[in-house]
Amino acid sequence: MLAVAVVAFLVVLRVLLADLDWDLDVPMSWTLLVLVLLFLVCDSKPTVTSRQSAWSPSSSATLAAMVLLGPAGAVVVGATTLLSIQRGLAFTQRLFNASMYAISAYAAAEIYLALGGRVGAPIHGSFPRIIGPFAAAAAVHVVINYWLLWALLVLIREPDERRRDASLELNMSVLLVSDLGYATLGLLIAGLWGAGLRQFTAILVLVPLFVARWATAQFAAQQAAYAATMAALCQAVETKDFYTRGHSDRVSRGAAMLARTVGMRPARVEAIRYAGMLHDVGKLGVPTKVLQKNGPLTEEELAAIQLHPMRGLEIVREIGFLDEALAGIMHHHERMDGRGYPLGLAGDEIPEFARVIAVADAFDAMTSNRSYRGARTLEGAVADLRRWSGTQFDPALVDAFITALAREGWPRQVPAAQWHEADGIIPRDHDDPTAPLRAVESY
Amino acid sequence: MAVGPQAHGSNWRAAVDSGALLLVAGTGMLVAAAAAQTARVGLVQERTALAFGALIALGELLRLTLPGDRETAPIGSAGALAYALLLGVNGVPAQQPALQVVAVAAAGMTVGALPHLAAGRPAGVSGMAARLIAVAGVALVFRPFTRVPAIGAEAHWYVALIAMTGVLLAGWWLECLIRALIRADALRARFGVVLWDEMKVQLPLGWAVAATAMLIAFAAQEMGLVALALFFAPLLVTQVAFRRYAGIRATYLQTVRALARVTEVGGYVEDGHAHRVGQLAVAVGRELGMSEPQLLELEYAALMHDIGQLSLSDPIPGGATVLASRGDQRRIAELGAAVIRKAGVLDPVAETVRCQSWPYRGPDGDPPVASRIIRAANAFDDLVGASADTSRAMTALERLRLDTATEFDPRVVEALSKVAGRRRTGR
Repeated sequence: MLAVAVVAFLVVLRVLLADLDWDLDVPMSWTLLVLVLLFLVCDSKPTVTSRQSAWSPSSSATLAAMVLLGPAGAVVVGATTLLSIQRGLAFTQRLFNASMYAISAYAAAEIYLALGGRVGAPIHGSFPRIIGPFAAAAAVHVVINYWLLWALLVLIREPDERRRDASLELNMSVLLVSDLGYATLGLLIAGLWGAGLRQFTAILVLVPLFVARWATAQFAAQQAAYAATMAALCQAVETKDFYTRGHSDRVSRGAAMLARTVGMRPARVEAIRYAGMLHDVGKLGVPTKVLQKNGPLTEEELAAIQLHPMRGLEIVREIGFLDEALAGIMHHHERMDGRGYPLGLAGDEIPEFARVIAVADAFDAMTSNRSYRGARTLEGAVADLRRWSGTQFDPALVDAFITALAREGWPRQVPAAQWHEADGIIPRDHDDPTAPLRAVESY
Repeated sequence: MAVGPQAHGSNWRAAVDSGALLLVAGTGMLVAAAAAQTARVGLVQERTALAFGALIALGELLRLTLPGDRETAPIGSAGALAYALLLGVNGVPAQQPALQVVAVAAAGMTVGALPHLAAGRPAGVSGMAARLIAVAGVALVFRPFTRVPAIGAEAHWYVALIAMTGVLLAGWWLECLIRALIRADALRARFGVVLWDEMKVQLPLGWAVAATAMLIAFAAQEMGLVALALFFAPLLVTQVAFRRYAGIRATYLQTVRALARVTEVGGYVEDGHAHRVGQLAVAVGRELGMSEPQLLELEYAALMHDIGQLSLSDPIPGGATVLASRGDQRRIAELGAAVIRKAGVLDPVAETVRCQSWPYRGPDGDPPVASRIIRAANAFDDLVGASADTSRAMTALERLRLDTATEFDPRVVEALSKVAGRRRTGR
């Protein structure tokens, strides 16, 4: 598929470039050389945005070449990606990137000329007239680049890995803004070229850019470290109960999957991911012997378990999360019919985050091994979700969850082999709707 | 939960007040002089002054907090420094005197800080003063030179570039110096260590600010005041990147602080234990001259030092590990280290937690300093707890001192008693 795209691009380029003016005199060749180097430096260490795409601020060099040298120069600088010193790029990938950049550069340059932009180093009086055409060209460059890349990523996606690339979606808007910001650097390079700073311009202009990249890399590293630390701490909380091992992680992923399916924006999906991870942290406040008790529960013990969302809230309240995440943790055991806990909210009174987490939470509980039963099949669990849809769960979310499940799958748990029905064990799990909590009186 | 951290917070505030007062008063006098002089001779090239003033105000509005509670305003600083360095606008030489630069910068900063005040966020006055002094320094040194044709309007570009680089470097260092003085005074930390930390934190953003200031100063000659608007964009991108970085750092720390409380909620340790040990360990580490990255790791380790108790099915009575058997202490430390190691990114922290149960002089060799600090801070808090009772603290310190031959590092205990003594006297 990549090869097909490359061939198509090359054909397009051949047609586009047929009537370009390729005459460059000596000073222009120097300019071209500096800009090509600038492009390669920018391109050398991209911010990897996902497994399949990476981002670098190299467009500033292309756009500067557009102003200083015209369409031919822009195309040449863009096509320099072919020589990129990034490691691990296959030749077809390089060819794809080069032709993609060349096409974007060509389109941008044509727009620039069509709107009255002048080729050559800007002189006195060029500003601010040049800004309009340049801004339009920058926008075209960024949009075509993204559109081509996006189309390719959709096309080459393997049928069996239909999971949507969350990190790409998450970063898209941020990158788009950054790219437009960096595109203005192209204009600055061009403008300063006229002011006599020449090559030094490029060096000075690169500084804020590299600093931003450093900060972005630091951010990514911190974010990964943060997620790993949080997962490790949540695992520590789970060690109290053998049967809930991995539960937080799966609920976190399930809730995020459901949130994406119902079209929450990336920041909220990220928040619900954390909320799902932390939803049961309050269980620490419940004595181990109550959690692992196999006999009937007394009223006090029941109350202790039902208090865990509040204890969880108490722990995570000081974290600077979205308030929604806190509400999600506090209310994840409310029911649509109002018979849940801790507050007994009903229907739309229950925060959306809590309704989402409730579905993922119950589904994971049903498909995991428990002391009183082995893991149930996904089909059985889906049937049970449907059965309690409307009374316990939000029907719209149940439908969306089932859709998402069919598309993205669920980590299947092997039913414990040594598991057998033991006498005197009362089926009970606070997350499992098939074995609800009951106080001793109800038996 | 409340007593430890709050008492600590108020101590810091009191210290900041006394240390920063001199700086703020000095800066105020400088600004008053600059304003008076500017009012007397009138504003030179007021369109330019207004444009830069607006950029500085916007930058102040968009200020950001770097890790370690450091308030900065990169866009505002870049605007003010560019105004100090400005050679000309559209071919017309720039003629603003240094004191006008100070007055415009001060006015811009004040206007930009007002919305923050209105929103109830206190103005970081000492940070603003440090930024303004750096700008004033650059302006006072560089403005007179712009009248010299060899550097000013007719200069060859590289002469101006070298002069600007030198002046900006000095200005940056001046700002770091002032910030470090204030911080060392407020935190009662060693000045050399604090200055080094400050320079390391400020360096990346400092580069970006300096480069942008120079670019604006050069570009305005050809592009006119449009240069301000254009250079604002890339620096804004840089600032957004930094804001996200600072944000995740803060959330990280908050999360570890919050999750450290699971041992309290689970009834394994006394309320507020993790937080108090964290604060105490950091104060002791600072007393011993540890750098900021080391202190952060120390705080993480201190907050999570009891996380291994989660693996015990039954809490130790009262949760005080100092009273537990040596074998149990060791097992808790090992279990905790195993939990932290799972994160994969905090291995030094895990190592610190693992060695916290080792005696100062024991069969295992010497534990790392951070582990020794946590061992002493933990023992102190197990014995004293949230109590503000002086005699109880004295008794606890006495007990730790008696054990310095084998159990606790005497230097750590000495630092701990200094920290505890400061708390008692309120400073």
